[in-house]
Amino acid sequence: MAQPLVKKDDDRDDEADYSPFLGIEKGAVLQEARVFNDPQLDARRCSQVITKLLYLLNQGETFTKIEATEVFFAVTKLFQSRDIGLRRMVYLMIKELSPSADEVIIVTSSLMKDMNSKTDMYRANAIRVLCRITDGTLLTQIERYLKQAIVDKNPVVASAALVSGIHLLQTNPEIVKRWSNEVQEAVQSRAALVQFHALALLHQIRQNDRLAVSKLVTSLTKGTVRSPLAQCLLIRYTSQVIRESAGNTQTGDRPFYDYLEGCLRHKAEMVIFEAARAITELNGVTNRELTPAITVLQLFLSSSKPVLRFAAVRTLNKVAMTHPMAVTNCNIDMESLISDQNRSIATLAITTLLKTGNESSVDHLMKQITNFMSDIADEFKIVVVEAIRSLCLKFPLKYRALMNFLSNILREEGGFEYKKAIVDSIVILIRDIPDAKESGLLHLCEFIEDCEFTYLSTQILHFLGIEGPKTSDPSKYIRYIYNRVHLENATVRASAVSTLAKFGAMVDSLKPRIFVLLRRCLFDSDDEVRDRATLYLNTLGGDGSVVETDKDVKEFLFGSLDVPLVNLETSLKHYEPSEEPFDINSVPREIKSQPLAEKKAPGKKPTGLAAPPSGPVSTVDAYEKLLSSIPEFASFGKLFKSSAPVELTEAETEYAVNVVKHIFDSHIVFQYNCTNTIPEQLLENVTVIVDAAEAEEFSEVASKPLRSLPYDTPGQTFVAFEKPGGVPAVGKFSNILRFIVKEVDPSTGEAEEDGVEDEYQLEDLEVVAADYVLKVPVSNFRNAWESMGPDCERVDEYGLGPRENLAEAVNAVINLLGLQPCEGTEVVPSNSRSHACLLSGVYIGNVKVLVRLSFGIDSSKEVAMKLAVRSEDETVSDAIHEIVASG
Amino acid sequence: MGSLFTYRDSCPSIKNILLLDSEGKRVAVRYYSDEWPTNSSKLAFEKYLFTKTLKTNARVEDIAVFESNIVVYKFVQDLHFYVTGGDNENELILCTVLQGLYDSISLILRNTIDKGEVLENLDLVLLCLDEIVDGGIILETDANLIVGKVASHILDVDAPLSEQTITQAWASARDHLARSLLK
Repeated sequence: MAQPLVKKDDDRDDEADYSPFLGIEKGAVLQEARVFNDPQLDARRCSQVITKLLYLLNQGETFTKIEATEVFFAVTKLFQSRDIGLRRMVYLMIKELSPSADEVIIVTSSLMKDMNSKTDMYRANAIRVLCRITDGTLLTQIERYLKQAIVDKNPVVASAALVSGIHLLQTNPEIVKRWSNEVQEAVQSRAALVQFHALALLHQIRQNDRLAVSKLVTSLTKGTVRSPLAQCLLIRYTSQVIRESAGNTQTGDRPFYDYLEGCLRHKAEMVIFEAARAITELNGVTNRELTPAITVLQLFLSSSKPVLRFAAVRTLNKVAMTHPMAVTNCNIDMESLISDQNRSIATLAITTLLKTGNESSVDHLMKQITNFMSDIADEFKIVVVEAIRSLCLKFPLKYRALMNFLSNILREEGGFEYKKAIVDSIVILIRDIPDAKESGLLHLCEFIEDCEFTYLSTQILHFLGIEGPKTSDPSKYIRYIYNRVHLENATVRASAVSTLAKFGAMVDSLKPRIFVLLRRCLFDSDDEVRDRATLYLNTLGGDGSVVETDKDVKEFLFGSLDVPLVNLETSLKHYEPSEEPFDINSVPREIKSQPLAEKKAPGKKPTGLAAPPSGPVSTVDAYEKLLSSIPEFASFGKLFKSSAPVELTEAETEYAVNVVKHIFDSHIVFQYNCTNTIPEQLLENVTVIVDAAEAEEFSEVASKPLRSLPYDTPGQTFVAFEKPGGVPAVGKFSNILRFIVKEVDPSTGEAEEDGVEDEYQLEDLEVVAADYVLKVPVSNFRNAWESMGPDCERVDEYGLGPRENLAEAVNAVINLLGLQPCEGTEVVPSNSRSHACLLSGVYIGNVKVLVRLSFGIDSSKEVAMKLAVRSEDETVSDAIHEIVASG
Repeated sequence: MGSLFTYRDSCPSIKNILLLDSEGKRVAVRYYSDEWPTNSSKLAFEKYLFTKTLKTNARVEDIAVFESNIVVYKFVQDLHFYVTGGDNENELILCTVLQGLYDSISLILRNTIDKGEVLENLDLVLLCLDEIVDGGIILETDANLIVGKVASHILDVDAPLSEQTITQAWASARDHLARSLLK
């Protein structure tokens, strides 16, 4: 028998775990649902059965189609009862069952009757149910009632109709759009939530009509908005209007800013926060605009409510990415959040502090973070590690404190992802901060003494093999490496053998000792370890004689593979064992797919441990490899720089082409990466016809056509130019893609025999001065500057004319010169009147260049700049000035 | 319904409201987003949420980010209340919904909130959920108004709701409740 489901008294204390649904079972409840068919309805009992059905559905139970239909028909009988409580449950049940179209017809008349009932509760709910289950045809029948309901004097009824309208707009927009007059009227409603729902619906109806939205915002920001929710909506719509009108109002105050600022004084926190967030997200927000928003957010930071603190710190964290200076006022409040109970808040506070911190606060900050790290989850720790990595790159002088911190947390407990994040960070710091190299390598050595992750151990060993031999005292790493041969699994042992061999090959003084160690490895239990040891001993001349290892051997053992790995793999698969040994020269060198087309962010280094021979090669290495494999370009010498790809076609055109500029000392090679996006076409003999009429110093010397360009398989064609050596020749090139097009039968994929010659106009390409400059960071700019000396210094002043703000001028100069900004000086605090920026790089001919820029802006927005260049060659210093003078 | 959650300028929206017990089992749940299409994906989300928040002591509303959703939650006795919204949602709006939910349930249960009471009055609790959010859109957050609508059938049938003041409505609702309990 079913348990009674009434509002029971409090006398159930003796049955602690009592649940009215204990042992409930679908079949039994469906049986019980037969009471719906009783001629004398027991309203209370029926309500109980519906509650049980709803409970089952809520627990994830599903009804079969037949069961659902049966329940649905039984439930429709309950419209006979006049019991309000039961009727509410019937509404819920119908919504839950989501009946099919032919079933909907059964309840339509009952629901329409309720929609016109005198009881408001019936009307409101009947509207919601009917709109939920209805389809377009039925909607036109009830449209008249809905329009009336929207302007009904009862707020519950009006809200029900409006919210239903919001849902119906997704499925039947043309019908709902006809209600805008009524909705417009409802926006003026005095009932708080009706106004909110009407505003939401009206905006969705008109969202594609900018003018209408703008009018709506204008009238409402002056009028009365009755609920905090509606106020939040209005703030969102206002920022949309501001965003879309941006550009028209360069001068003067931003429209509607006063409204947003006024909302910061609203009594509801929800509105204050919405407005503060909207202000921080304004395009090109100024410090003056930002200040009041930051002030209220700062107050929220010390709120007793976690939600408020979270909202504030999350927003400030975002602001810190673009306006770090604006957030520094909150640093004291932020620091107290490091010990917040809520770890999300604490992590956000830490990362915000790491973004806003200056060089002098780093040590203090690190002390606080150390306490914090022990009691947060790995996912948060990774966020912190990444923030510390970027901080260290920003302040290279502080590497000691930061490196120590990283090595300390490396020793503590943690999962693989976390440890990997730390190791990656240390590796990046070693690469980018030369001073940090030795201590960083030792930290890594200590880590592999007790590392449970094979992957990390092998990656670190590999990295040690590359960096270790170049240090001042390579011998101190040998102990750590050889310990691996004793203590670890076969994979790590094999990797340690390779690393030892690398030390042997690179450092002649260590050679005899290394050979002793390698010979011991010949008795290892694992094949791979023994094989590697044997190979190295034989090739490196391990017969006891101390000879310098042949360069070819080094190249063979440790150089990077000069064929694409994928091609090698396919070739090896096709190789059949025979007398003839496998010839690596038979492996094709042309890269089929196009791994090079990845967008290379300026100054971004390949992250992590993926170092040359094993992992994917860095972009520059890959380009170098690719170019040197083409005989026509082999004589050009060393590749100086490869630019990021420049698109020569609009997105989504028939043929997508981008170009990479490869700069050599007295040559330049354009690599055109082409993609054919038409499945019905095969392109053959693809070339780019380059007209260098506007680039007088260049003359074409070679071009390498692409034999075939099938659908969706990128390919490359090259054109090479000769130019005066060591000179930053600039010019403009126009490009035409020429090819033979063949029709392809999409069903068979076969191309027709005959093709037609065709051409396709590409956009122009420019070679600029910045192409001749490599971005190379220096860790300590002042030291580098001092040691370079003033011998080849050139200083001059320039007027840059009127600029919007200082940041824009600084960016323009950085982009023009193509140098690497150092020590975070590319960030200009907003509204500052002067700024100093430090740049470094290498000029063509491998000449180091350091640049000091001082900017000043006056009240009429005229920007003046002092440019001081130091380099190893005064002609280069002059050349840098020439770039600015002509740019 | 997915389109409701796509653009930032849209109306605030709720992705789900969850009421779990002290072991993470469902008491009452409502999903408004199709982000969790199957029951198992819903259960997985609930389990994840439960274990991640278990250690916190959310006497007052607390907050966390899960799989790029914002979740505000509050624990009372053996009940865990959760309200989920999108990554960009105003946290305080979600919090208002959570407060509305909690307050209206505590009004209905006369301040004795625990799993047993909620299950005993599951019909009223489900009606509460139905009156707070409709298909992801916030319908009402004022607990008194919500309870007024839910308990209206214990009120005078013929008097339209708008003509009663809320205090009156609530007083008579309480009377009716008390009487039905004493029966």
